[in-house]
Amino acid sequence: MTTAPTTPGARAVTRYRLFWPAAVLAVLLLANLAFTPDFFAVHLKDGHLYGSTIDILHFGAPLILVSLGMTLVIATGGIDLSVGSTVAIAGALACLHISEAADPASLGTVLGAVGIALGTAVLLGLANGVLVARVGVQPIIATLILMVAGRGVAQLITDGQIITITSEPYKLIGGGYWLAMPFAILLSGLVALLTALLTRSTALGLLLESVGGNPVASRLVGIRAMRLVGLVYVFSALCAALAGLMVSSNVSAADGNNAGLWIELDAILAVVIGGTSLNGGRFSIGGTVLGALIIQTLSTTVYTIGIPPETTLVFKAFVVITVCLIQSPNFRAKLARRGAGRRAGVRPSPATTTNREVGA
Amino acid sequence: MSKRAAAALVAGAMVTVLTACGSGGGGGSADKGAGHKLVVGFSQVGAESGWRTANTKSIQESAKKAGIELKFSDAQQKQENQIKAIRSFIQQKVDVIAFSPVVESGWDTVLKEAKDAKIPVILTDRAVDSKDDSLYVSFLGSDFVEEGKKAGDWLVKEYQGKSDEVNIVELQGTTGSAPANDRKAGFGDVIKADAKFKVVASQTGDFTRAKGKEVMQAFLKAQPKIDVLYAHNDDMALGAIQAIEEAGKKPGTDIRIISVDGVKDAFTAMSQGKINVDVECNPLLGDQLMDLAKKVKAGEQVPKRIKTQEGVFTQDQAAAELPTRQY
Repeated sequence: MTTAPTTPGARAVTRYRLFWPAAVLAVLLLANLAFTPDFFAVHLKDGHLYGSTIDILHFGAPLILVSLGMTLVIATGGIDLSVGSTVAIAGALACLHISEAADPASLGTVLGAVGIALGTAVLLGLANGVLVARVGVQPIIATLILMVAGRGVAQLITDGQIITITSEPYKLIGGGYWLAMPFAILLSGLVALLTALLTRSTALGLLLESVGGNPVASRLVGIRAMRLVGLVYVFSALCAALAGLMVSSNVSAADGNNAGLWIELDAILAVVIGGTSLNGGRFSIGGTVLGALIIQTLSTTVYTIGIPPETTLVFKAFVVITVCLIQSPNFRAKLARRGAGRRAGVRPSPATTTNREVGA
Repeated sequence: MSKRAAAALVAGAMVTVLTACGSGGGGGSADKGAGHKLVVGFSQVGAESGWRTANTKSIQESAKKAGIELKFSDAQQKQENQIKAIRSFIQQKVDVIAFSPVVESGWDTVLKEAKDAKIPVILTDRAVDSKDDSLYVSFLGSDFVEEGKKAGDWLVKEYQGKSDEVNIVELQGTTGSAPANDRKAGFGDVIKADAKFKVVASQTGDFTRAKGKEVMQAFLKAQPKIDVLYAHNDDMALGAIQAIEEAGKKPGTDIRIISVDGVKDAFTAMSQGKINVDVECNPLLGDQLMDLAKKVKAGEQVPKRIKTQEGVFTQDQAAAELPTRQY
């Protein structure tokens, strides 16, 4: 029962809903400990924090950002497949601007590059939003257009090459440190916090959920559903663009072909693991952050345990299926009924024990 | 010869039509100076990497230089596009068809059509898997196993006479791709002869910088001692260099780095001492291809397998070579 210590804390802080993602994350992290004894060790190196857990947060930061945008889109009952392409376009535009600037290391150049990338993201998001909200194209099709075309656009910008840049201020976004922490972690943490505040301390979250739950009824009670839906696609594109800046900044290069490739699928997975309903109408920001961290921890686990690349995908699929099954109340109830014979009434404690057997 | 030249002059504007007729005879209309050009149809895989773009550019430029008319078609990673392109080349009756197959199998039918139309086919960069090797005249491209072996050879030489254990981490290319499989195999073959070489971790970095960095960071934490990094391409090596630097170690000194490809960025890193050796995988096979096309058209016998001219570059050569790197 490795998860026992987290149970009361997780319950108190996040209520029951976030317990399972948190438990899975804890199990994954602890599994690493068996293979790398100093897995949780974090020490200062050259004036910044250094350790595996920092790496997970660091490399998970872009995914967290993309997943945040995806969460709100999914909350309205939509889906955004174009985020991966937006990641590539943002990185490509920023790096192109910096590489062509007279002084790549100046703050002005970098701010300009960030501005261009985020500005373009707003346009891309608007294109998605208009297609979905005004024209009425199904979200999966509308964003598929940009997913395919956007990758091509990114390749056009980079000319199919990898643009390498040297710019200290730009490197800060994804690869630099601030207050000994990787700046990327702080940035995505801030965005997550703001999103949570905006959606939970104002009526925005409620409105989003009502649009996702029943668009027609929401419109009839006076919610401007169209504008709201358009807005979430812009938000999603902005998050993706920030992630794109991080990814390209981390390696000081823009790769139009591979940056953000398939990140939309990881993001959707993170959202689902976090307990947001794909049907819309219900979402969890905290769950999404946990989901994204689970995915990144899984990758790190693969590298540290040394699972051969040929079996990596099968391993990941197995963990994901387990996570999804454990999270399903129906599945837990079924297991509980089986485990406890005819005593189907008592749920919580037998469910936990039987689930361990499956999840291990 | 003069007869053919005269014919060429008469034909005047109808250049393509004439070459088309000429190709039916299977003889030699290789004398490009005579006024009608040799026509080569080339079907490229796509534009998935900087390497590929350099490959495309090289072929286009060499064709121009050699006075060969190039009909270029981009398959965008799809075999069906490539088959369509080859069929259209056959219909246009080009003199020579060259292509980089997207996948290894499924080419027999369309290559048979080319053979029936008496159009010679040259494979570039990648091979096809077919029992009937009369379907193409030659395969021009890199030998990935050889590249892996060259990388291994350098390592063996570097650690000659030392008996300490050498811990190697490997960044593989995209799982299942021919360069990843072959570079791993070639390298493994060479180093297995000596028990002191140990590959302690081997993971895929998908041939990208971001993944190379991410995987290397995990390696650095999970492995107590790493002496050598073997990366299947330069992009992964460049990503890994950043990870090594962030871990407070010196790439090229604390951890020796062997890489494959030889792109410009890697040469820059090598001239700064961050990569120890780079095995070239040359995309600039345009000139060789055009020579080959001329020879094939002239009816000369050509070898079935031609390896591209590739070298191994070390740090002292890097600085000198850097300005001439085109990709």
